Amino acid sequence: MQKSLLYIGLFVLLIGCKGEQKFTMEANEVLTSKGVVIPVYNFANLEPLLRMKDGKTRIVNFWATWCKPCVAELPYFELINSRYPDDQVEVILVSLDLPSQVESKLIPFVKRQRIESKILLLDDPDADNWIRKVDKEWTGSIPATIIYKDNSSNFYERSFTYNELEKELKKML
Amino acid sequence: MKTLKILVVIALVIAVSAFAIDRVSDQAVSDTGYAVGDIATDFSLKNVDDTMVSLSDYKDTKGFVVIFTCNHCPYSVAYEDRIIALNASLAPKGYPVIAINPNNPKAYPEDSFEHMKIRAKDKGFTFPYLFDEGQKIYPQYGATKTPHVYVLEKTTEGLVVRYIGAIDNNYKDAKKADKKYVENAVSELLSGKKVSVETTKAIGCSIKA
Repeated sequence: MQKSLLYIGLFVLLIGCKGEQKFTMEANEVLTSKGVVIPVYNFANLEPLLRMKDGKTRIVNFWATWCKPCVAELPYFELINSRYPDDQVEVILVSLDLPSQVESKLIPFVKRQRIESKILLLDDPDADNWIRKVDKEWTGSIPATIIYKDNSSNFYERSFTYNELEKELKKML
Repeated sequence: MKTLKILVVIALVIAVSAFAIDRVSDQAVSDTGYAVGDIATDFSLKNVDDTMVSLSDYKDTKGFVVIFTCNHCPYSVAYEDRIIALNASLAPKGYPVIAINPNNPKAYPEDSFEHMKIRAKDKGFTFPYLFDEGQKIYPQYGATKTPHVYVLEKTTEGLVVRYIGAIDNNYKDAKKADKKYVENAVSELLSGKKVSVETTKAIGCSIKA
């Protein structure tokens, strides 16, 4: 199996905001294989992405390839991502796959499904610590989704249909 | 006059149906399962050796470590060896592990009773691995994912829930787990103390009924 793991220590994800502000997130490591690049974050490094205040609406979906209801609803997130302009809505898919399965499961899945939304891996084993910081109501089951813009934020521990997801998104736009 | 009567009837119907909706949502709220301090239900579920197992079968235990787990979930698999180790260390102290697979095999064929038997044999499970047939027990406990642990203490009042949550704080690497929630809870119970960490959260695979 072809394998190329890059450990560059610092992977900078640039999130441009109307060309003005630039925001950097430090990845703990970056995994690449078959042309797919997956930055890996611990929660401390991921957290700023859940708290951006730049007028853009963000949909952050926690999922994993082993989670059937997550995989079932991914096309709806992809559709939202393609239908709404990038400067208004950003879809971020936070994978909770085990790091040992990134190459065997996650990357082939991303490639096969031709996923275009931003994907990153959250690798932070001390889940009791960070689950509460995502939302105090979250029990830790996935799929779970945050839709937020500036200071308003809604959290959902549930699955969506396309219409349901779009309805919730429109509340935030 | 007639129209007024109809209006009254309609108003009554609306009032009654509104009340019915309230009742339903009340029930839904109380249906979220156990909190620490609640009395847990016993059950009679089929074990991988084809016998039926109830908590009341255990006469000499001080409590139980009830773990909702399954075959298909990578997080459950990551904890399998640790569940075996927990039973080895805690069963002699009076807190045996009781594993329950809450998933509907129609949603996850890998979690069928036949596959449970195979997994239990392959891994050499030393504890009951029970099938929640009809998915009736896990909602009473309020388990939402696998693995999801309930530490129960046997008291004169019944089986009191003393801890709900994860096994430890590192699903990836047992050696790096420096908070062993279940072990700590049981050892505190054994020394007559209050459990210091009563609930924890963890990522797991959603249970599918």
